[in-house]
Amino acid sequence: MNTPREPAIRVTGITKSFGEVHVLRGVDLDVAAGSIFALLGSNGAGKTTLVRILSTLLKPDAGTATVHGFDVTSSPHEVRGSISLTGQFAAVDEVLTGRENLVLVAKLRHLKDPGAIADGMLARFALTDAGNRRAATYSGGMRRRLDIAMSLIGNPPVIFLDEPTTGLDPQARIEVWQTVKGLAQGGTTVLLTTQYLDEAEQLADRIAILHEGVIIQSGTLAELKRLLPSATVEYVEKQPSLEDVFLALVGNTTETTDDGDRTAPAGREPR
Amino acid sequence: MTTHVLRDTGVLTGRSLRHILRSADTIITTAVTPIALMLLFVYVLGGAIHTGSGEAYVTYMLPGILLITIASGIAYTAYRLFLDMQGGIVDRFQSMPIARSSVLWAHVLTSLAANLVSVAIVTVTALLMGFRTGASLAAWLAVAGTLILFTLALTWLAVIAGLSAKSVDGASAFSYPLIFLPFISSAFVPTSTMPGPVATFAENQPVTSIVNTIRALFTQQPVGSTIWIALAWLVGLLVVAYAIAITTYRKKVS
Repeated sequence: MNTPREPAIRVTGITKSFGEVHVLRGVDLDVAAGSIFALLGSNGAGKTTLVRILSTLLKPDAGTATVHGFDVTSSPHEVRGSISLTGQFAAVDEVLTGRENLVLVAKLRHLKDPGAIADGMLARFALTDAGNRRAATYSGGMRRRLDIAMSLIGNPPVIFLDEPTTGLDPQARIEVWQTVKGLAQGGTTVLLTTQYLDEAEQLADRIAILHEGVIIQSGTLAELKRLLPSATVEYVEKQPSLEDVFLALVGNTTETTDDGDRTAPAGREPR
Repeated sequence: MTTHVLRDTGVLTGRSLRHILRSADTIITTAVTPIALMLLFVYVLGGAIHTGSGEAYVTYMLPGILLITIASGIAYTAYRLFLDMQGGIVDRFQSMPIARSSVLWAHVLTSLAANLVSVAIVTVTALLMGFRTGASLAAWLAVAGTLILFTLALTWLAVIAGLSAKSVDGASAFSYPLIFLPFISSAFVPTSTMPGPVATFAENQPVTSIVNTIRALFTQQPVGSTIWIALAWLVGLLVVAYAIAITTYRKKVS
């Protein structure tokens, strides 16, 4: 995953306050091109604020940030041309059909043949049958898939996913995870925020923990694990989690792993 | 960049026009209240109202009714803009390489289109109720121009409301006083029948000059200086509302 290219996202000393509230107090981070980077933090830690700064929706008070080589403050238009933002709440137009939503984004990105692009995305995200239904009729998972599909139109090299799985049921979560992994395999840089530890563990090449406006620790999962005292061995009867039961009962067709137990994909993490 | 503004505005206007087509009830409700008022004033109250003019009462009151139609129509503009700002779709648009002002312009053009349809519905109803005019094409164009200017001025007001409202109700509540304003004007009765202070207010508020201008155009009377007073009000309101709306928007999206 470590490429010699310069980082896709470079954040140096970013601060942001809203009145008396100092949300970001000097954030530094680098995200390597083509990697998945998870920003982990509790509610109110400043994750969304940082994502909004990186996607040019907010201006930082101090510090610099470059995305895909462009400065977010001095070249916002170029940054917008290189990124895509999937916000915390699915930003789809509920009155339009799924297909119309995709065509709209393709047109706004000034791409040729928006209809064909939309059809391709519907097929890729298993939404072809629902393509001509209004997005308001979609389930939470379908809406999220449509949201992500809209973000991928035009193949932006950098993608921000702000809490992509909050509010989704377990199956929909797994679908989103697979999509994100597929993106990184295709060379897209993904910065995602999450408050779920297992999500960061499942997906991320590197993890940074944002707490009270600063990054208190960052590294690979293995590096972070080394910060804890060495593992002790205990024998505990493994009860199936409610999630395991749920997925077994409803028939987990999305096949996260071979045996149904949600272990990490091979090569990502020694368990 | 300039070509993008036009193209992006076109794409986004297409989007919000679809919204309107899929909730045609918003156009119908916009037209229903003024039509009900027109029926009430013509068939219930109208018999007792003496305007001192020769034409049918429906012809006398139509200009005021058209202004009420527009004033209630722009509440939906504020409402639609408010929902967009809330829903996160504006964040998506703003994080894309598009001309940022096109998001607002799309709402403004859609408002214009929707209100013109409502105005047309109300006018056709008035024709059925006996509204007659010998207005020339030029006079009709002048009426249309005045109504378009009125719609644009009120739409930019609605944009301010839609951007700064904290709730859905707040987004549309601002239009109530605007809907009420024509009642204290020359729209339904001559201002000379009102007691002193009310008459003074009525004669000097913008609706009266706009109503008198449209009425003069419909009845082929000379518009005199009234049209200039009306235009001054409209252009003044438009410029102020536009400036505040754009400033509010810049602050909002930084």
